[in-house]
Amino acid sequence: MLMLEDIRSQFPALSAKVYGKPLVYLDNAATAQRPQSVADTWTELSLQGNANIHRAVHRLAVVATDAYEHTRDVVKEFLHAQAREEIVFTSGATAAVNLVASSFGEAFVHEGDEIVVTVAEHHSNIVPWQLLCERKKASLKVLDIRENGVLHPKDLEKLLSQRTKLVAISHISNVLGLVNPVQEMVAVCHKKGIPVLVDGAQGVVHGQVNVQEMDCDFYVFSGHKLYAATGTGVLYGKKKWLDAMPPYMGGGEMIHSVSFSGTTYAPLPMKFEAGTQNFNAVPTLVPAIEFAKSCRDSQAVQKEQEAILEYVYAFLSAHPLITLYGDVRECKIPLFSFSVKGAHHEDLALILDKMGVALRSGQMCAEPLMDRLGVTGLLRASFGPYNTLEEAEYFIKSLDKAIKMLL
Amino acid sequence: MTLEEKKQQIIEDFSLYDEWLDKYEYLIELGKSLEPFPEEKKTEDRLIKGCQSRVWLDSELRDSQLYFTADSDAIITKGIISLLIGVYSGRTPQEIAADDFGFVAAIGLKDNLSPTRANGLLSMIEKMKEIARNV
Repeated sequence: MLMLEDIRSQFPALSAKVYGKPLVYLDNAATAQRPQSVADTWTELSLQGNANIHRAVHRLAVVATDAYEHTRDVVKEFLHAQAREEIVFTSGATAAVNLVASSFGEAFVHEGDEIVVTVAEHHSNIVPWQLLCERKKASLKVLDIRENGVLHPKDLEKLLSQRTKLVAISHISNVLGLVNPVQEMVAVCHKKGIPVLVDGAQGVVHGQVNVQEMDCDFYVFSGHKLYAATGTGVLYGKKKWLDAMPPYMGGGEMIHSVSFSGTTYAPLPMKFEAGTQNFNAVPTLVPAIEFAKSCRDSQAVQKEQEAILEYVYAFLSAHPLITLYGDVRECKIPLFSFSVKGAHHEDLALILDKMGVALRSGQMCAEPLMDRLGVTGLLRASFGPYNTLEEAEYFIKSLDKAIKMLL
Repeated sequence: MTLEEKKQQIIEDFSLYDEWLDKYEYLIELGKSLEPFPEEKKTEDRLIKGCQSRVWLDSELRDSQLYFTADSDAIITKGIISLLIGVYSGRTPQEIAADDFGFVAAIGLKDNLSPTRANGLLSMIEKMKEIARNV
């Protein structure tokens, strides 16, 4: 059985010291640490398997192409997609949202149409839609959260109209840490024939994703939050949509035949993969996904994660000076954004940093949500599968000490 | 005390603290003792907005010398503000404009001044220099 120590030992970063204290890394929602296997894959391909993919016939190109295309199969299985053509590699979740906003928007969004996002989205699932709406003279409708931070399918239903062309929602908000009822929300939209894009940047890390069950039309995520190399990402799109969408970027790889009298495009998924791809990095998704799966299958990890969630949730939700945002135990993941009465999030983050605890403070790329919550920023502790209950206890002890210093 | 002497004094004060948390405790104390900034002066035009903390800065020219008052919603930033005001308030605009504010790094607060961190503090220094250049 995979024990926590076995997992931690795969991450050299976790044994680092900062300011002479053991690093307690609780900024996993921003980016996860990399296991040795990911670094090894990267090194091996860079040094021994480096050749441009898909074109050349020489041996090295075959190795590189195989590694790249094998990754597509692994991602397809991981997301439970129907076909490998539905997996498009991008530079990250942001690039994937932009691809859909641009390409889907070009084909299907017209003047007077509407796009729906939620108030709890990350900027990367807001701004591409704003740009689209500006370009097309369409309008952006915003689905609000309820008081405790949850999204409700009924509220969404009311917001949809004849002119709604697409709904973009996060699987799990990077601030609230609540699993949204995505499947129900998709069902509500599909009843009216409206496609749904799900931002899975956090969701893919914290549970099994089955895009067929969810029935979403698009699902995007970033590799680096899932232990893979930076600059990798995935767009899952239903074949019917990807086929109907025009190319996003033009260049090599994405074409079938080029001529000045008319160019034809490559079939999926190459149609959306213009130019030289990130072929040394994309295959790091394979060991990364393997790691993610091994954590899900590990009872030791799951037990520890439950214990962390229970312990930190109990402390933060009961503390008289602390307001926990996204305070719904049933759909909570171990990601906690909170404020402390009388203590600024920046001060707390600076002090905790010097105690060895890496947290995020500020607006967390979700300014509209900060406005909605009536705060200028928050403090966020987000746990990964390699974090221990002991670290959670150290974090709480340090937080307590920092609060005492400030008040 | 000249500008150089004042800076030297602060660098010496800080050299007494080996531990980061002690430095912060000292800054927190300084922040708490900073002269209150009137609420009605916390206006948009005096606000220096950072990603993390907000800083309000006001200045006044009296007898060819610049006097600063400031506030922040974060107490450590407020402590650093208190240091900055202690050093630069009451100096001539020429002195302020010509200074490199390097002493902040010398007391180990460089992290708080990294230009990649969009906090209000670096913007405050920029603003103080800008005011000094434009009077």
